[in-house]
Amino acid sequence: MFDRRLVQNFDWLLLLLLAILASMSLINLYSATHGLDGAGIPRVFTRQLYWFLIGFGVLLVMTLFDYHRLEQLAYPAYLLALGLLALVLVVGAVTSGSQRWLSVAGVNFQPSELAKFAVIVALAKFFAEHGEHREAYRLRDLWQPFLIIALPCALILEEPDLGTSLLLVIVSFSMVLFAGVRWQSLALLTSGFLAAAPFVWSTLEAYQKKRILTFLRPDMDPLGAGYHINQSKIAIGSGQLWGKGYLDGTQTRLHFLPEQHTDFAFSVLAEEWGFVGSVFLLAIYLLIIVWGINIARNSRDRFGTFLAVGIVAVVFWELIINVCMATGLLPVVGIPLVLFSYGGSSVVSTMAGMGILMNISMRRFMFQ
Amino acid sequence: MQRIPLRSSGFDPITSELIQVRLRRVLYVVLLAFAVLVLRLWLLQVVHGPEYRVKSENNRIHLRDIPPFRGMIFDRGGHLLVDNRPAYNLYVIPEEIRDPEPLLERLDELADVDREAARSRLKKAGRGQPFRPVLVKRDLSRETLAVVESHRFNLPGVMIQVKPQRHYIRGDLAAHVIGYLGEISETQLKSGRYPDTRPGDLIGKSGVEAQWQPYLHGARGGEQVEVDAAGRRLEVLSRKPPVSGFNLSLTLDNDLQALAEKGLEGKRGAIVAMDPRNGEVLALASAPAFDPNTFIGGIDRETWRAMVSGEKYPLQNRVIAGQYPPGSIFKIVVGLAGLEEGLVDPAEETFCGGRYRLGSHTFRCWKRYGHGKVAFHRALRESCDVYFYKLGRRLGVDRIARYAHMLGLGERTGLNLGSERPGLIPTSQWKLKRFGVPWQAGETISTSIGQSFVLVTPIQAARMIGAVFNGGVLHQPKVVRWVGKGGRTEYRFEPTELSRLDVAPEHLERIRRALIAVVHEPHGTGGRARVEGVTVAGKTGTAQVVNLETEKASTKGEVVPEKYRDHAWFVAVAPAEDPRLAIAVLVENSGHGGSVAAPIAGRMIQAFLGEGAPGAEASREAQGEREG
Repeated sequence: MFDRRLVQNFDWLLLLLLAILASMSLINLYSATHGLDGAGIPRVFTRQLYWFLIGFGVLLVMTLFDYHRLEQLAYPAYLLALGLLALVLVVGAVTSGSQRWLSVAGVNFQPSELAKFAVIVALAKFFAEHGEHREAYRLRDLWQPFLIIALPCALILEEPDLGTSLLLVIVSFSMVLFAGVRWQSLALLTSGFLAAAPFVWSTLEAYQKKRILTFLRPDMDPLGAGYHINQSKIAIGSGQLWGKGYLDGTQTRLHFLPEQHTDFAFSVLAEEWGFVGSVFLLAIYLLIIVWGINIARNSRDRFGTFLAVGIVAVVFWELIINVCMATGLLPVVGIPLVLFSYGGSSVVSTMAGMGILMNISMRRFMFQ
Repeated sequence: MQRIPLRSSGFDPITSELIQVRLRRVLYVVLLAFAVLVLRLWLLQVVHGPEYRVKSENNRIHLRDIPPFRGMIFDRGGHLLVDNRPAYNLYVIPEEIRDPEPLLERLDELADVDREAARSRLKKAGRGQPFRPVLVKRDLSRETLAVVESHRFNLPGVMIQVKPQRHYIRGDLAAHVIGYLGEISETQLKSGRYPDTRPGDLIGKSGVEAQWQPYLHGARGGEQVEVDAAGRRLEVLSRKPPVSGFNLSLTLDNDLQALAEKGLEGKRGAIVAMDPRNGEVLALASAPAFDPNTFIGGIDRETWRAMVSGEKYPLQNRVIAGQYPPGSIFKIVVGLAGLEEGLVDPAEETFCGGRYRLGSHTFRCWKRYGHGKVAFHRALRESCDVYFYKLGRRLGVDRIARYAHMLGLGERTGLNLGSERPGLIPTSQWKLKRFGVPWQAGETISTSIGQSFVLVTPIQAARMIGAVFNGGVLHQPKVVRWVGKGGRTEYRFEPTELSRLDVAPEHLERIRRALIAVVHEPHGTGGRARVEGVTVAGKTGTAQVVNLETEKASTKGEVVPEKYRDHAWFVAVAPAEDPRLAIAVLVENSGHGGSVAAPIAGRMIQAFLGEGAPGAEASREAQGEREG
């Protein structure tokens, strides 16, 4: 079973890029949190270190089996994810008004992270099985994918976690678009969305509405989210070309930034390392994404391609949304910066995704 | 190499081509998105970078609170009782001081700052938001303000802000209704029951200030202010104005309230006056009282300890939380019970020789040598104990309890001021459960003159006599008439009828005639409540505090220590034909109801309804109608 070529084809480049990213994340996290709970190494830092170690372990495990196994497991895994999402609504821990966490054996995790990948795998399976020899899908061909997306979305929205459900929709639709949709169908879909918008608006929580309104008119909430965006922009802007230097960011040190180790981790980096540092970080992400697209291209079957595209889409959109939020281009929606912000569930699940990507990459010659 | 047979493996050439084209498009989209991000960063960091650098280094954007104006409180005539006045508060900004010790020492010298409290506050605040000013002293006097201002130049990080401060215009007037403010505690902050509050905020701690806290509070505003490194304001970037709280109109009548408090001057006790037609409280006095103004600047430990411990306990609202044996005012209950149960023949006379013997124990009448032959009317008028001992014994404690509850005794009246207590109406079952001992016949004897275990609150007593005269209605007492602001009324309170007495009207009428006789006929015990031109009805009561001690002392002819002296009660209604005022007066450890409490009630009735009083004309009109 263990082919020598598997080892030869091991994707060292991807592993290297991830290691660089993890190191940058830890270095930045230290700066964002040191001094918060007295002297010494911040607890958050050590915890994140462990999460990354676990993440790399999970990544390796994900390369050990043939990813086509996932095709067989797609629907059971999907159902499991749905079950956990339903469970979290019943027994989940409530933190600041929403139920997102499940606690198993003392470890907290967010089922929505699992759901994200379960949906991607399920969609990849669907597009692999349906639609060979087809240029574009009609709307009526797509009822299954829509159902696959809608169910977990509704459950996550119920937690409520607007950011994650929005992300899930965007990632899934990126996959659907990639599969190809006839332009008439696309037009129909768009108008359908526009028609549904008022209804969706009415189901949003008051704080979610407020955030969106604040984004559209920041002067409406000068003391809340408007203040956060403003402070984040000052932090990023004041970094200038070369940055204020590591551990010398005044915005960071004086805690002007809200959630500076999670949602606004990028602002900390941008303040201390400047434009040069920010662009370097973006370059790492770009390399990972381009490399991911390359893996999708080299995959020898539709399942692998779609799976790779889905995983890349997650990284791409989380990055774009978070950085746009920090730079004031999008409302504050609470999406952490993938593989950079503090957060165990996100790190481990993204690393699992990276493992699958690597898996596809390693087995690209298997069918020759 | 053998192909692994999988359902969806492999591409056919057409799909493969399509996929390649689409992946290329994906790549373009990704590159475009990254270009946008890099451009955005370039704009923020390089093009506008210097501006943001200046903002982050020299200018700091602070969030500044704008506290709302707490709602004002008026009496029923629209006289202002509580408003807000500007106060100068002293703050320290933690970020701008290196070592707080020398500064605090200096401030202590100049402005008498409580160093210990300030130190712990600075410590707590410094960690979270070092730029938020920390309050170290409230309401500086003009002199202190001048001193601090003149030393400003060597007091870096010190700031003075003008904030609205609660002002109790009439000092301790109606203190127990209005209540006082105090700093919100950490548990209260965490409880979530006080939205829109911050550490250091003042919230209502008692009275209507506490019960109506959410309405009085209003909504906090704030501004984003640009300040320089020294904390000086450069520019207001944006602003959210605060929303004032609602105003309250109380049911209290300023003048009657003042008179009630004057009646209790130098004493301990409680007075409550209600409108028996709707349950509105016209006056509520509890003595000793306190001045709510003193709580605002924070009071020191010793003053506080003195206030919450000891017998005086000024914070207690004795009208609703003081539980006293009712003494002879309880004869109204026993009398009504006797009539209703058919145990009283109004014409039948009983002999009172000044004592009543049961087994080995002798129960005395207050009149040492007895009333002689007494019938119902005279027994109530002259408060003959022996008559009621005998009646009570025939009724039994449980029947007495039933009528007591019917008249609203032994249960909370529902006056929304917090901390109301229910009093106690004993039953045989209660005794067995509480002490594990059966009820004793002797206890019924003392119960029938309002002693033994019976406890009532003054507000229950006032409502009881009101119900006898208003046709038998028990209202929920109220102290707030309406809540509103800017000419708009948010809520207006209508009278709430809780229950009606289920008794024959002629029995109530008989009680009423006897209670009028208490004040107006010769030998009545309440003659000192008589008011020219107004029919006053009432009942005196003298409640023994500790039976044995007083008895011992009085039999030996010693001076009874003050805390064992009797409580004086008087409950009254006026005018009896068309009741507009129901009063309960209780003076602790002061002696006889007829001589101590009745005159106070008389003066209040005189002022409210007597010659020249605003209410007098209307009452005389009503009287005229009835007579004509």
